Amino acid sequence: MSTRELVTDLTYLLASALFILGLRSLTRPQTARRGMQLAALGMLSAICGTLLHHEIVSYGLVFVGLGIGTVIGWPLGTRVAMTAMPQRIAISHMFGALAATLVGFAEYHSHRLEGRPLDRGTMGALGFEVLFGSLTVSGSFMAFGKLQELLPGRPITFRGQNALNLALFSAALGLFGLLVLDPTLALAFYLLVALAFVIGVSMVLPIGGADMPVVVSLLNSYAGLAASATGFAIDNNVLIICGALDGASGFLLSIQMSRAMNRSFRNVLFGAFGAAPSPSAATLEAKEMKSITAEDAAATLAFARRVVVVPGYGLAVAQAQQLAREMADQIERRGGDVKYAIHPVAGRMPGHMNVLLAEANVQYEKMVEMEEINEQFSSVDVAVVIGANDVVNPAAKRDPNSPIFGMPILDVDQAQRVFVLKRGKGTGFAGIDNALFFDERTSLIFGDAKSSLQKLVSEMKAL
Amino acid sequence: MSHTTVAEIYIFILAAFVGYQIITRVPALLHTPLMSATNAISGISLVGSLVVAGSDRNTLATSLGVIAVACATINVVGGFIITDRMLKMFRPSAGSDQKGTP
Repeated sequence: MSTRELVTDLTYLLASALFILGLRSLTRPQTARRGMQLAALGMLSAICGTLLHHEIVSYGLVFVGLGIGTVIGWPLGTRVAMTAMPQRIAISHMFGALAATLVGFAEYHSHRLEGRPLDRGTMGALGFEVLFGSLTVSGSFMAFGKLQELLPGRPITFRGQNALNLALFSAALGLFGLLVLDPTLALAFYLLVALAFVIGVSMVLPIGGADMPVVVSLLNSYAGLAASATGFAIDNNVLIICGALDGASGFLLSIQMSRAMNRSFRNVLFGAFGAAPSPSAATLEAKEMKSITAEDAAATLAFARRVVVVPGYGLAVAQAQQLAREMADQIERRGGDVKYAIHPVAGRMPGHMNVLLAEANVQYEKMVEMEEINEQFSSVDVAVVIGANDVVNPAAKRDPNSPIFGMPILDVDQAQRVFVLKRGKGTGFAGIDNALFFDERTSLIFGDAKSSLQKLVSEMKAL
Repeated sequence: MSHTTVAEIYIFILAAFVGYQIITRVPALLHTPLMSATNAISGISLVGSLVVAGSDRNTLATSLGVIAVACATINVVGGFIITDRMLKMFRPSAGSDQKGTP
Protein backbone atom coordinates (compact mmCIF):
# COMPACT_ATOMS: atom_id res chain seq x y z
CA MET A 1 0.00 0.00 0.00
CA SER A 2 1.45 3.34 -1.01
CA THR A 3 1.57 6.32 1.32
CA ARG A 4 -1.03 7.99 -0.83
CA GLU A 5 -3.47 5.14 -0.46
CA LEU A 6 -2.83 5.07 3.25
CA VAL A 7 -3.66 8.77 3.55
CA THR A 8 -6.87 8.28 1.56
CA ASP A 9 -7.88 5.37 3.77
CA LEU A 10 -7.14 7.32 6.93
CA THR A 11 -9.39 10.19 5.79
CA TYR A 12 -12.14 7.62 5.21
CA LEU A 13 -11.66 6.22 8.68
CA LEU A 14 -11.80 9.71 10.16
CA ALA A 15 -14.93 10.49 8.17
CA SER A 16 -16.68 7.28 9.29
CA ALA A 17 -15.89 8.01 12.94
CA LEU A 18 -17.07 11.61 12.70
CA PHE A 19 -20.29 10.57 10.92
CA ILE A 20 -21.13 8.10 13.67
CA LEU A 21 -20.35 10.67 16.35
CA GLY A 22 -22.39 13.24 14.43
CA LEU A 23 -25.44 10.97 14.40
CA ARG A 24 -24.91 10.24 18.06
CA SER A 25 -24.90 13.95 18.82
CA LEU A 26 -28.43 14.05 17.43
CA THR A 27 -29.68 12.16 20.48
CA ARG A 28 -29.61 15.48 22.37
CA PRO A 29 -30.58 18.88 21.00
CA GLN A 30 -27.80 20.60 22.96
CA THR A 31 -25.02 18.65 21.25
CA ALA A 32 -26.59 18.18 17.84
CA ARG A 33 -25.28 21.23 16.03
CA ARG A 34 -21.63 20.86 16.99
CA GLY A 35 -21.70 17.14 16.19
CA MET A 36 -23.04 17.68 12.70
CA GLN A 37 -20.49 20.40 12.02
CA LEU A 38 -17.78 17.88 12.87
CA ALA A 39 -19.44 15.41 10.52
CA ALA A 40 -19.24 18.01 7.76
CA LEU A 41 -15.50 18.31 8.44
CA GLY A 42 -15.26 14.54 8.15
CA MET A 43 -16.94 14.78 4.75
CA LEU A 44 -14.48 17.43 3.63
CA SER A 45 -11.53 15.29 4.66
CA ALA A 46 -12.94 12.28 2.79
CA ILE A 47 -13.36 14.38 -0.36
CA CYS A 48 -9.79 15.71 -0.14
CA GLY A 49 -8.53 12.19 0.53
CA THR A 50 -10.33 10.90 -2.56
CA LEU A 51 -8.82 13.57 -4.77
CA LEU A 52 -5.44 11.96 -4.00
CA HIS A 53 -6.70 8.64 -5.40
CA HIS A 54 -4.30 7.16 -7.95
CA GLU A 55 -7.04 6.34 -10.46
CA ILE A 56 -8.00 10.00 -10.83
CA VAL A 57 -5.93 11.26 -13.72
CA SER A 58 -7.88 14.25 -15.06
CA TYR A 59 -9.14 16.83 -12.63
CA GLY A 60 -10.81 19.36 -14.94
CA LEU A 61 -14.19 17.65 -15.26
CA VAL A 62 -14.11 16.55 -11.64
CA PHE A 63 -14.04 20.16 -10.56
CA VAL A 64 -16.76 21.06 -13.07
CA GLY A 65 -18.99 18.47 -11.38
CA LEU A 66 -18.11 19.73 -7.90
CA GLY A 67 -18.77 23.31 -9.04
CA ILE A 68 -22.18 22.54 -10.55
CA GLY A 69 -23.18 20.58 -7.46
CA THR A 70 -22.19 23.41 -5.15
CA VAL A 71 -24.04 26.02 -7.20
CA ILE A 72 -27.25 23.96 -7.07
CA GLY A 73 -26.77 22.65 -3.54
CA TRP A 74 -26.13 26.00 -1.91
CA PRO A 75 -29.59 27.52 -2.49
CA LEU A 76 -31.18 24.13 -1.70
CA GLY A 77 -29.54 24.46 1.70
CA THR A 78 -29.96 28.14 2.42
CA ARG A 79 -33.18 29.13 0.67
CA VAL A 80 -35.70 26.31 1.00
CA ALA A 81 -38.49 27.09 3.47
CA MET A 82 -38.98 24.82 6.47
CA THR A 83 -42.54 24.04 5.33
CA ALA A 84 -41.01 22.63 2.14
CA MET A 85 -38.71 20.22 4.00
CA PRO A 86 -40.55 17.03 2.96
CA GLN A 87 -40.21 17.72 -0.76
CA ARG A 88 -36.69 19.02 -0.21
CA ILE A 89 -35.73 15.72 1.42
CA ALA A 90 -37.53 13.72 -1.25
CA ILE A 91 -35.61 15.43 -4.05
CA SER A 92 -32.31 14.92 -2.26
CA HIS A 93 -33.02 11.19 -2.01
CA MET A 94 -33.38 11.39 -5.77
CA PHE A 95 -29.99 13.05 -6.20
CA GLY A 96 -28.28 10.56 -3.88
CA ALA A 97 -29.80 7.56 -5.60
CA LEU A 98 -29.07 9.01 -9.03
CA ALA A 99 -25.39 9.34 -8.14
CA ALA A 100 -25.32 5.70 -7.01
CA THR A 101 -27.15 4.50 -10.13
CA LEU A 102 -24.90 6.42 -12.52
CA VAL A 103 -21.78 5.09 -10.84
CA GLY A 104 -23.14 1.55 -11.11
CA PHE A 105 -24.07 2.06 -14.74
CA ALA A 106 -20.67 3.54 -15.61
CA GLU A 107 -18.91 0.71 -13.82
CA TYR A 108 -20.82 -1.93 -15.76
CA HIS A 109 -20.36 -0.13 -19.06
CA SER A 110 -16.60 0.29 -18.55
CA HIS A 111 -16.11 -3.35 -17.69
CA ARG A 112 -18.01 -4.36 -20.78
CA LEU A 113 -16.06 -1.97 -23.02
CA GLU A 114 -12.72 -3.07 -21.64
CA GLY A 115 -13.69 -6.71 -22.09
CA ARG A 116 -13.00 -7.51 -18.44
CA PRO A 117 -15.82 -9.74 -17.24
CA LEU A 118 -17.25 -8.95 -13.83
CA ASP A 119 -17.15 -11.59 -11.16
CA ARG A 120 -20.46 -12.70 -9.69
CA GLY A 121 -20.04 -10.97 -6.36
CA THR A 122 -19.40 -7.58 -7.94
CA MET A 123 -22.23 -8.14 -10.40
CA GLY A 124 -24.57 -8.88 -7.51
CA ALA A 125 -23.57 -5.65 -5.81
CA LEU A 126 -23.90 -3.66 -9.04
CA GLY A 127 -27.29 -5.19 -9.76
CA PHE A 128 -28.52 -4.36 -6.29
CA GLU A 129 -27.13 -0.86 -6.64
CA VAL A 130 -28.91 -0.03 -9.88
CA LEU A 131 -32.11 -1.81 -8.82
CA PHE A 132 -32.49 0.11 -5.57
CA GLY A 133 -30.88 3.21 -7.04
CA SER A 134 -33.22 3.57 -10.01
CA LEU A 135 -36.39 2.76 -8.13
CA THR A 136 -35.44 5.35 -5.53
CA VAL A 137 -34.75 7.92 -8.24
CA SER A 138 -38.16 7.63 -9.85
CA GLY A 139 -39.97 6.95 -6.57
CA SER A 140 -38.47 10.01 -4.91
CA PHE A 141 -39.25 12.13 -7.92
CA MET A 142 -42.87 11.01 -7.73
CA ALA A 143 -42.95 11.74 -4.00
CA PHE A 144 -41.45 15.16 -4.69
CA GLY A 145 -44.10 15.80 -7.36
CA LYS A 146 -46.90 14.88 -4.98
CA LEU A 147 -45.54 16.91 -2.08
CA GLN A 148 -44.84 19.91 -4.30
CA GLU A 149 -48.34 19.47 -5.76
CA LEU A 150 -47.08 19.11 -9.32
CA LEU A 151 -48.93 15.79 -9.31
CA PRO A 152 -52.32 15.12 -7.77
CA GLY A 153 -51.80 14.32 -4.09
CA ARG A 154 -54.62 11.81 -3.88
CA PRO A 155 -53.84 8.12 -4.36
CA ILE A 156 -54.00 6.95 -7.98
CA THR A 157 -55.27 3.41 -8.00
CA PHE A 158 -56.56 0.98 -10.57
CA ARG A 159 -57.66 -2.62 -10.71
CA GLY A 160 -54.90 -5.19 -10.56
CA GLN A 161 -52.37 -2.67 -9.32
CA ASN A 162 -50.91 -4.94 -6.67
CA ALA A 163 -50.70 -7.81 -9.14
CA LEU A 164 -48.91 -5.56 -11.62
CA ASN A 165 -46.43 -4.36 -9.00
CA LEU A 166 -45.76 -7.92 -7.95
CA ALA A 167 -45.18 -8.95 -11.57
CA LEU A 168 -42.82 -6.03 -12.16
CA PHE A 169 -40.87 -6.82 -9.04
CA SER A 170 -40.60 -10.53 -9.84
CA ALA A 171 -39.41 -9.68 -13.34
CA ALA A 172 -36.73 -7.40 -11.88
CA LEU A 173 -35.62 -10.13 -9.48
CA GLY A 174 -35.52 -12.57 -12.38
CA LEU A 175 -33.28 -10.27 -14.40
CA PHE A 176 -31.10 -9.76 -11.36
CA GLY A 177 -30.68 -13.51 -10.92
CA LEU A 178 -29.92 -13.93 -14.62
CA LEU A 179 -27.19 -11.27 -14.40
CA VAL A 180 -25.52 -12.85 -11.41
CA LEU A 181 -25.45 -16.17 -13.30
CA ASP A 182 -24.07 -14.51 -16.43
CA PRO A 183 -22.72 -10.97 -15.91
CA THR A 184 -22.15 -10.50 -19.65
CA LEU A 185 -25.86 -10.23 -20.44
CA ALA A 186 -25.81 -6.48 -21.11
CA LEU A 187 -29.41 -6.37 -22.32
CA ALA A 188 -30.60 -7.82 -19.00
CA PHE A 189 -28.67 -5.10 -17.18
CA TYR A 190 -30.26 -2.26 -19.16
CA LEU A 191 -33.69 -3.83 -18.82
CA LEU A 192 -33.17 -4.09 -15.06
CA VAL A 193 -32.43 -0.37 -14.85
CA ALA A 194 -35.50 0.51 -16.93
CA LEU A 195 -37.75 -1.83 -14.98
CA ALA A 196 -36.57 -0.45 -11.64
CA PHE A 197 -37.51 3.04 -12.82
CA VAL A 198 -41.02 1.84 -13.63
CA ILE A 199 -41.28 0.10 -10.25
CA GLY A 200 -40.40 3.34 -8.46
CA VAL A 201 -43.23 5.15 -10.23
CA SER A 202 -45.82 2.45 -9.73
CA MET A 203 -44.84 2.09 -6.08
CA VAL A 204 -45.53 5.71 -5.19
CA LEU A 205 -48.55 6.29 -7.49
CA PRO A 206 -51.12 4.72 -5.14
CA ILE A 207 -49.91 6.63 -2.10
CA GLY A 208 -51.74 9.70 -0.85
CA GLY A 209 -50.31 12.89 0.60
CA ALA A 210 -50.97 11.96 4.22
CA ASP A 211 -49.01 8.70 3.86
CA MET A 212 -45.92 10.52 2.71
CA PRO A 213 -44.01 10.29 6.02
CA VAL A 214 -43.75 6.55 5.55
CA VAL A 215 -42.75 6.78 1.90
CA VAL A 216 -40.12 9.44 2.41
CA SER A 217 -38.55 7.42 5.24
CA LEU A 218 -38.63 4.26 3.20
CA LEU A 219 -36.97 5.95 0.22
CA ASN A 220 -34.34 7.26 2.65
CA SER A 221 -33.59 3.68 3.55
CA TYR A 222 -33.47 2.55 -0.10
CA ALA A 223 -31.11 5.38 -1.01
CA GLY A 224 -28.84 4.21 1.80
CA LEU A 225 -28.92 0.61 0.61
CA ALA A 226 -28.02 1.73 -2.91
CA ALA A 227 -25.03 3.66 -1.52
CA SER A 228 -23.96 0.63 0.48
CA ALA A 229 -24.19 -1.57 -2.61
CA THR A 230 -21.96 0.93 -4.42
CA GLY A 231 -19.44 0.42 -1.65
CA PHE A 232 -19.54 -3.34 -2.17
CA ALA A 233 -19.17 -2.94 -5.94
CA ILE A 234 -16.14 -0.66 -5.81
CA ASP A 235 -14.68 -2.03 -2.54
CA ASN A 236 -15.03 1.18 -0.58
CA ASN A 237 -15.63 0.82 3.14
CA VAL A 238 -16.74 4.35 3.95
CA LEU A 239 -19.56 3.98 1.42
CA ILE A 240 -20.62 0.69 2.97
CA ILE A 241 -20.67 2.25 6.45
CA CYS A 242 -22.60 5.38 5.47
CA GLY A 243 -25.06 3.41 3.41
CA ALA A 244 -25.69 1.09 6.34
CA LEU A 245 -26.24 4.03 8.72
CA ASP A 246 -28.59 5.68 6.25
CA GLY A 247 -30.42 2.43 5.56
CA ALA A 248 -30.88 1.68 9.27
CA SER A 249 -32.10 5.19 9.96
CA GLY A 250 -34.65 5.23 7.14
CA PHE A 251 -35.83 1.77 8.05
CA LEU A 252 -36.37 2.63 11.71
CA LEU A 253 -38.14 5.86 10.88
CA SER A 254 -40.47 4.15 8.46
CA ILE A 255 -41.37 1.54 11.08
CA GLN A 256 -42.06 4.26 13.63
CA MET A 257 -44.13 6.25 11.15
CA SER A 258 -46.15 3.25 10.10
CA ARG A 259 -46.87 2.44 13.72
CA ALA A 260 -48.05 5.99 14.29
CA MET A 261 -50.31 5.65 11.28
CA ASN A 262 -51.65 2.27 12.22
CA ARG A 263 -50.12 0.38 9.33
CA SER A 264 -48.46 -2.98 9.67
CA PHE A 265 -44.75 -3.63 9.40
CA ARG A 266 -45.34 -5.93 6.44
CA ASN A 267 -47.08 -3.09 4.63
CA VAL A 268 -43.97 -0.99 5.01
CA LEU A 269 -41.59 -3.66 3.78
CA PHE A 270 -43.47 -4.23 0.60
CA GLY A 271 -44.50 -0.65 0.10
CA ALA A 272 -48.06 -1.83 -0.45
CA PHE A 273 -49.79 0.84 1.57
CA GLY A 274 -51.97 2.13 -1.22
CA ALA A 275 -55.47 1.04 -0.43
CA ALA A 276 -57.51 3.95 0.88
CA PRO A 277 -59.62 3.13 3.90
CA SER A 278 -63.26 2.79 3.04
CA PRO A 279 -65.24 5.48 4.81
CA SER A 280 -67.26 3.96 7.62
CA ALA A 281 -70.94 4.59 7.98
CA ALA A 282 -71.44 7.74 9.97
CA THR A 283 -72.36 6.68 13.48
CA LEU A 284 -72.87 10.13 14.85
CA GLU A 285 -76.50 11.00 14.38
CA ALA A 286 -77.57 14.55 13.91
CA LYS A 287 -75.61 15.88 16.86
CA GLU A 288 -74.73 19.53 16.78
CA MET A 289 -71.26 20.99 16.88
CA LYS A 290 -71.05 23.81 19.38
CA SER A 291 -69.27 26.91 18.20
CA ILE A 292 -67.73 29.66 20.27
CA THR A 293 -66.72 33.23 19.44
CA ALA A 294 -63.07 34.26 19.50
CA GLU A 295 -63.92 36.73 22.26
CA ASP A 296 -65.26 34.07 24.65
CA ALA A 297 -62.47 31.64 23.79
CA ALA A 298 -59.87 34.34 24.43
CA ALA A 299 -61.32 35.06 27.88
CA THR A 300 -61.16 31.37 28.85
CA LEU A 301 -57.65 30.94 27.49
CA ALA A 302 -56.32 34.07 29.12
CA PHE A 303 -57.08 32.74 32.59
CA ALA A 304 -56.29 29.08 32.02
CA ARG A 305 -53.46 27.62 34.08
CA ARG A 306 -52.50 24.71 31.87
CA VAL A 307 -52.99 24.85 28.15
CA VAL A 308 -51.90 22.31 25.55
CA VAL A 309 -51.73 23.30 21.90
CA VAL A 310 -52.30 20.43 19.47
CA PRO A 311 -50.92 21.44 16.08
CA GLY A 312 -51.82 19.49 12.96
CA TYR A 313 -50.86 19.78 9.35
CA GLY A 314 -53.60 22.39 8.87
CA LEU A 315 -51.55 24.76 11.01
CA ALA A 316 -48.59 24.42 8.68
CA VAL A 317 -50.77 24.82 5.60
CA ALA A 318 -52.14 28.07 7.00
CA GLN A 319 -48.58 29.15 7.93
CA ALA A 320 -49.88 30.05 11.37
CA GLN A 321 -47.10 28.65 13.62
CA GLN A 322 -45.93 32.14 14.53
CA LEU A 323 -49.46 33.15 15.56
CA ALA A 324 -49.87 30.01 17.65
CA ARG A 325 -46.75 31.00 19.54
CA GLU A 326 -48.05 34.56 20.00
CA MET A 327 -51.22 33.10 21.51
CA ALA A 328 -49.05 31.01 23.85
CA ASP A 329 -47.07 34.13 24.78
CA GLN A 330 -50.29 35.83 25.81
CA ILE A 331 -51.25 32.91 28.05
CA GLU A 332 -47.77 32.71 29.57
CA ARG A 333 -47.73 36.45 30.21
CA ARG A 334 -50.62 35.87 32.60
CA GLY A 335 -48.84 33.05 34.34
CA GLY A 336 -50.35 30.10 32.49
CA ASP A 337 -48.32 27.17 31.27
CA VAL A 338 -48.37 26.17 27.60
CA LYS A 339 -47.13 22.97 26.04
CA TYR A 340 -47.34 21.61 22.52
CA ALA A 341 -48.50 18.04 21.94
CA ILE A 342 -46.76 16.58 18.92
CA HIS A 343 -48.21 13.51 17.23
CA PRO A 344 -45.54 11.56 15.31
CA VAL A 345 -47.32 12.17 12.02
CA ALA A 346 -48.45 15.72 12.68
CA GLY A 347 -46.47 16.95 9.67
CA ARG A 348 -45.63 15.55 6.28
CA MET A 349 -42.44 13.85 7.44
CA PRO A 350 -41.04 12.54 10.74
CA GLY A 351 -40.43 15.41 13.16
CA HIS A 352 -41.63 18.04 10.71
CA MET A 353 -43.92 19.81 13.18
CA ASN A 354 -41.05 20.21 15.67
CA VAL A 355 -38.98 22.00 13.07
CA LEU A 356 -41.87 24.29 12.13
CA LEU A 357 -42.47 25.20 15.78
CA ALA A 358 -38.77 25.69 16.43
CA GLU A 359 -38.70 28.06 13.50
CA ALA A 360 -41.50 30.02 15.19
CA ASN A 361 -39.26 30.35 18.28
CA VAL A 362 -40.99 27.71 20.40
CA GLN A 363 -38.44 26.29 22.84
CA TYR A 364 -37.94 22.58 22.42
CA GLU A 365 -38.71 21.68 26.05
CA LYS A 366 -42.28 22.73 25.38
CA MET A 367 -42.77 20.27 22.56
CA VAL A 368 -43.94 17.07 24.19
CA GLU A 369 -44.14 13.68 22.52
CA MET A 370 -47.41 11.78 22.41
CA GLU A 371 -46.82 9.18 25.17
CA GLU A 372 -45.68 11.79 27.64
CA ILE A 373 -48.42 14.35 27.05
CA ASN A 374 -51.17 11.73 27.07
CA GLU A 375 -50.50 11.13 30.77
CA GLN A 376 -51.11 14.80 31.44
CA PHE A 377 -54.26 15.65 29.50
CA SER A 378 -56.63 15.02 32.39
CA SER A 379 -55.06 17.89 34.33
CA VAL A 380 -55.15 20.25 31.36
CA ASP A 381 -57.58 23.18 31.52
CA VAL A 382 -57.83 23.84 27.81
CA ALA A 383 -56.58 21.92 24.81
CA VAL A 384 -56.42 23.98 21.62
CA VAL A 385 -56.57 21.81 18.51
CA ILE A 386 -55.37 23.67 15.44
CA GLY A 387 -55.80 22.05 12.05
CA ALA A 388 -55.62 18.50 13.37
CA ASN A 389 -58.36 15.92 12.97
CA ASP A 390 -57.60 12.21 12.67
CA VAL A 391 -54.77 12.31 15.25
CA VAL A 392 -57.26 13.44 17.92
CA ASN A 393 -60.19 11.24 16.86
CA PRO A 394 -61.30 9.10 19.82
CA ALA A 395 -62.80 6.59 17.38
CA ALA A 396 -59.27 5.21 17.09
CA LYS A 397 -59.77 3.93 20.64
CA ARG A 398 -63.48 3.30 20.87
CA ASP A 399 -64.86 2.21 17.51
CA PRO A 400 -63.54 -1.11 16.21
CA ASN A 401 -65.29 -0.46 12.89
CA SER A 402 -63.45 2.77 12.27
CA PRO A 403 -60.73 2.63 9.60
CA ILE A 404 -58.35 4.35 12.01
CA PHE A 405 -59.12 1.97 14.90
CA GLY A 406 -55.90 1.11 16.71
CA MET A 407 -54.03 4.21 15.60
CA PRO A 408 -52.30 5.89 18.54
CA ILE A 409 -53.88 9.29 19.18
CA LEU A 410 -53.50 12.28 21.43
CA ASP A 411 -56.04 11.93 24.26
CA VAL A 412 -57.39 15.43 23.85
CA ASP A 413 -60.86 14.30 24.96
CA GLN A 414 -59.46 13.96 28.52
CA ALA A 415 -58.91 17.72 28.86
CA GLN A 416 -61.35 19.88 30.84
CA ARG A 417 -62.20 21.96 27.79
CA VAL A 418 -61.31 21.64 24.15
CA PHE A 419 -61.20 24.39 21.54
CA VAL A 420 -60.98 23.25 17.96
CA LEU A 421 -59.90 25.66 15.25
CA LYS A 422 -61.40 24.26 12.12
CA ARG A 423 -61.84 25.47 8.59
CA GLY A 424 -65.33 24.08 8.00
CA LYS A 425 -67.68 21.34 9.09
CA GLY A 426 -66.10 18.70 6.85
CA THR A 427 -64.33 15.51 7.86
CA GLY A 428 -60.58 14.90 8.04
CA PHE A 429 -58.23 13.22 5.60
CA ALA A 430 -59.54 9.75 6.32
CA GLY A 431 -63.06 11.01 5.60
CA ILE A 432 -64.51 9.99 8.95
CA ASP A 433 -66.50 11.83 11.56
CA ASN A 434 -64.76 12.89 14.71
CA ALA A 435 -66.69 12.39 17.95
CA LEU A 436 -64.39 14.87 19.66
CA PHE A 437 -66.02 17.70 17.73
CA PHE A 438 -69.44 16.75 19.10
CA ASP A 439 -68.31 16.32 22.70
CA GLU A 440 -70.02 18.61 25.19
CA ARG A 441 -66.69 19.93 26.44
CA THR A 442 -65.65 20.87 22.93
CA SER A 443 -66.24 24.23 21.32
CA LEU A 444 -65.37 24.98 17.74
CA ILE A 445 -63.95 28.15 16.26
CA PHE A 446 -64.68 28.04 12.56
CA GLY A 447 -62.53 29.74 9.98
CA ASP A 448 -59.05 29.77 8.55
CA ALA A 449 -56.50 28.90 11.29
CA LYS A 450 -54.55 32.06 10.62
CA SER A 451 -57.43 34.52 10.94
CA SER A 452 -58.93 32.66 13.93
CA LEU A 453 -55.63 32.80 15.77
CA GLN A 454 -55.21 36.42 14.80
CA LYS A 455 -58.58 37.20 16.39
CA LEU A 456 -57.74 35.20 19.51
CA VAL A 457 -54.44 36.99 19.96
CA SER A 458 -55.89 40.48 19.55
CA GLU A 459 -58.80 39.67 21.89
CA MET A 460 -56.34 38.44 24.50
CA LYS A 461 -54.18 41.51 24.12
CA ALA A 462 -57.25 43.69 24.67
CA LEU A 463 -58.20 41.91 27.90
CA MET B 1 -16.55 -15.57 -1.91
CA SER B 2 -13.38 -13.52 -1.59
CA HIS B 3 -11.76 -12.44 1.61
CA THR B 4 -12.52 -8.78 0.89
CA THR B 5 -16.21 -9.47 0.42
CA VAL B 6 -16.45 -11.25 3.75
CA ALA B 7 -14.71 -8.35 5.49
CA GLU B 8 -17.09 -5.94 3.74
CA ILE B 9 -20.12 -7.88 4.94
CA TYR B 10 -18.72 -7.67 8.49
CA ILE B 11 -18.39 -3.92 8.13
CA PHE B 12 -21.90 -3.56 6.74
CA ILE B 13 -23.50 -5.54 9.54
CA LEU B 14 -21.54 -3.78 12.27
CA ALA B 15 -22.32 -0.36 10.83
CA ALA B 16 -26.01 -1.21 10.51
CA PHE B 17 -25.98 -2.37 14.13
CA VAL B 18 -24.32 0.82 15.33
CA GLY B 19 -26.77 2.86 13.25
CA TYR B 20 -29.71 1.00 14.75
CA GLN B 21 -28.46 1.51 18.30
CA ILE B 22 -27.86 5.22 17.84
CA ILE B 23 -30.93 6.04 15.86
CA THR B 24 -33.36 4.40 18.27
CA ARG B 25 -32.11 6.96 20.79
CA VAL B 26 -32.70 10.01 18.62
CA PRO B 27 -35.83 11.75 19.99
CA ALA B 28 -38.79 12.39 17.68
CA LEU B 29 -38.01 16.06 18.21
CA LEU B 30 -34.99 15.75 15.93
CA HIS B 31 -36.27 13.29 13.35
CA THR B 32 -36.34 15.78 10.50
CA PRO B 33 -32.77 16.96 11.14
CA LEU B 34 -31.81 13.29 11.47
CA MET B 35 -33.20 12.60 8.04
CA SER B 36 -31.43 15.51 6.44
CA ALA B 37 -28.25 14.55 8.29
CA THR B 38 -28.26 10.97 7.02
CA ASN B 39 -28.97 12.43 3.62
CA ALA B 40 -25.95 14.69 3.77
CA ILE B 41 -23.82 11.83 5.05
CA SER B 42 -24.95 9.51 2.30
CA GLY B 43 -23.59 12.17 -0.06
CA ILE B 44 -20.37 10.26 0.66
CA SER B 45 -21.18 8.38 -2.55
CA LEU B 46 -19.36 11.42 -3.91
CA VAL B 47 -16.09 9.59 -3.28
CA GLY B 48 -17.15 6.83 -5.68
CA SER B 49 -18.38 9.35 -8.24
CA LEU B 50 -15.13 11.32 -8.10
CA VAL B 51 -13.11 8.26 -9.07
CA VAL B 52 -15.46 7.40 -11.95
CA ALA B 53 -15.42 11.00 -13.22
CA GLY B 54 -11.67 11.41 -13.00
CA SER B 55 -10.28 8.07 -14.09
CA ASP B 56 -10.68 8.73 -17.83
CA ARG B 57 -11.81 5.24 -18.80
CA ASN B 58 -14.27 6.08 -21.57
CA THR B 59 -16.48 8.99 -22.58
CA LEU B 60 -19.73 7.57 -21.27
CA ALA B 61 -18.27 6.65 -17.88
CA THR B 62 -16.67 10.07 -17.54
CA SER B 63 -19.88 11.93 -18.43
CA LEU B 64 -22.00 9.82 -16.10
CA GLY B 65 -19.35 10.26 -13.44
CA VAL B 66 -19.45 14.05 -13.73
CA ILE B 67 -23.24 14.08 -13.40
CA ALA B 68 -22.93 11.77 -10.39
CA VAL B 69 -20.35 14.10 -8.83
CA ALA B 70 -22.74 17.04 -9.29
CA CYS B 71 -25.68 15.11 -7.77
CA ALA B 72 -23.70 13.91 -4.76
CA THR B 73 -22.23 17.38 -4.20
CA ILE B 74 -25.75 18.83 -4.14
CA ASN B 75 -26.54 16.49 -1.25
CA VAL B 76 -23.33 17.16 0.60
CA VAL B 77 -23.46 20.95 0.32
CA GLY B 78 -27.22 21.40 0.60
CA GLY B 79 -27.62 18.64 3.19
CA PHE B 80 -25.10 19.88 5.73
CA ILE B 81 -26.22 23.50 5.33
CA ILE B 82 -29.90 22.80 5.84
CA THR B 83 -29.21 20.45 8.77
CA ASP B 84 -27.24 23.20 10.45
CA ARG B 85 -29.96 25.73 9.67
CA MET B 86 -32.53 23.53 11.38
CA LEU B 87 -30.43 22.63 14.40
CA LYS B 88 -29.69 26.32 14.93
CA MET B 89 -33.41 26.90 15.48
CA PHE B 90 -33.78 24.39 18.30
CA ARG B 91 -33.20 26.47 21.39
CA PRO B 92 -33.69 25.66 25.06
CA SER B 93 -35.93 27.74 27.34
CA ALA B 94 -35.00 30.92 29.19
CA GLY B 95 -32.58 29.42 31.76
CA SER B 96 -29.72 28.59 29.45
CA ASP B 97 -30.84 31.02 26.75
CA GLN B 98 -29.20 34.43 26.58
CA LYS B 99 -32.18 36.81 26.95
CA GLY B 100 -34.82 34.93 24.98
CA THR B 101 -35.67 37.06 21.97
CA PRO B 102 -39.43 37.00 21.54
